[in-house]
Amino acid sequence: MSTVKLTVNGKAVAVDVEDRTLLVHLLRDHLNLTGTHVGCDTSQCGACVVHIDGRAVKSCTMLAGQADGADVTTIEGIAKGDELHPMQAAFRDNHGLQCGYCTPGMIMSAIDIVHRYGGQLDEATVRHELEGNICRCTGYHNIVKAVLDAAGRMKVAQAAE
Amino acid sequence: MYQTTYHRASSVDEAASLFAKGSEAKFLAGGQTLLPVMKQRLAAPSDVIDLGKIKDLIGVEASGDTLTIKAATPHYDVATSDAAKKAIPALAYLASLIGDPAVRYRGTIGGSLANNDPAADYPAATLALGATIKTNKRTIAADDYFQGLFATALEDGEIITQVSFPVPAKAGYAKFPHPASRFALTGVFVAQTKSGEVRVAATGASQSGVMRVPAIEAALKANWSPAAIDSVSISASGLLSDIHGSSDYRANLVKVMAQRAVAAAG
Repeated sequence: MSTVKLTVNGKAVAVDVEDRTLLVHLLRDHLNLTGTHVGCDTSQCGACVVHIDGRAVKSCTMLAGQADGADVTTIEGIAKGDELHPMQAAFRDNHGLQCGYCTPGMIMSAIDIVHRYGGQLDEATVRHELEGNICRCTGYHNIVKAVLDAAGRMKVAQAAE
Repeated sequence: MYQTTYHRASSVDEAASLFAKGSEAKFLAGGQTLLPVMKQRLAAPSDVIDLGKIKDLIGVEASGDTLTIKAATPHYDVATSDAAKKAIPALAYLASLIGDPAVRYRGTIGGSLANNDPAADYPAATLALGATIKTNKRTIAADDYFQGLFATALEDGEIITQVSFPVPAKAGYAKFPHPASRFALTGVFVAQTKSGEVRVAATGASQSGVMRVPAIEAALKANWSPAAIDSVSISASGLLSDIHGSSDYRANLVKVMAQRAVAAAG
């Protein structure tokens, strides 16, 4: 057992876990943040994507101990109170989901994509950049539309700040 | 995953001494291979020694005719490094093709080379560019480093600290990625050194891991152009064959990827 100290969605936490615990299980089982999903558990599907120090990574492929001292943001941490994050709002408005299982990971990856590309996003880039996130319902079409929509909204939101 | 004990090393020396104390210790870099393997219970290290936060192991530097990538530098940082893009653009491009974006934030060059997966990307660049692998004990030439499937010259407990790539006159990389895993079904890195030597290495093709391709090297030495490879014949003997592609298919891919890599190199 080890004590892992990290910041999750702005809150400092210390959690006692077995050394073999994966970050995703620390989040889900110890902090009850069940918005982050385990899909494939083989590093391929991206349902478990969270931000570690601002970078979108697969939390099923990190030991909890590796996140000691890190700043972690999960799907629960991106809305401002009742106001959805522009990426969440765009997924809702564009019907960028069906069953919703992959959505938290899609949204966390998509925010990272917009941060990296800013206003330079086009459809081909979004499709390519989402290659680490698998959706078995939508055929991706509305997901891509949502990400492009959100890229515009996030630019506007940034300009307003 | 079986029980293990996690250690975060703050220096290479500390990592080496932690390794020596463990009964069956493993080094952890980005963990994008080791952790999935541990989850499948195909590996059960007593101790996992994390190298990922050792500051001396992170960074990309160009000086003179050498580009040095420290071992725990993630693929994303190589792909976006101004120094790497300027010195060896083909190497930065290769890093941008590994896995997917989330994997590239975590996976490292040192981890890739220590694991030496027969379909990994970095071994192709390391061998074709004639890089030098520095460890906490010695330096190893790429020609001596790769010793077959998942086999390298590294001794037990030896830690890669950095990889130095001589800046070539020309270089290019082309890969045919497996559509699901993004590993190379076949990838070919071509390089022309500043002294005029031509080196070509293929990954994903051979049963023995990354390999030089002498027939293509000779053709390109005589005439550096994609067309020069048209008449080269690659033997399917010793090449991988699986549900994704036969050895004949891969033999042809070696040629085609080499041609695309030369076209990209210019």
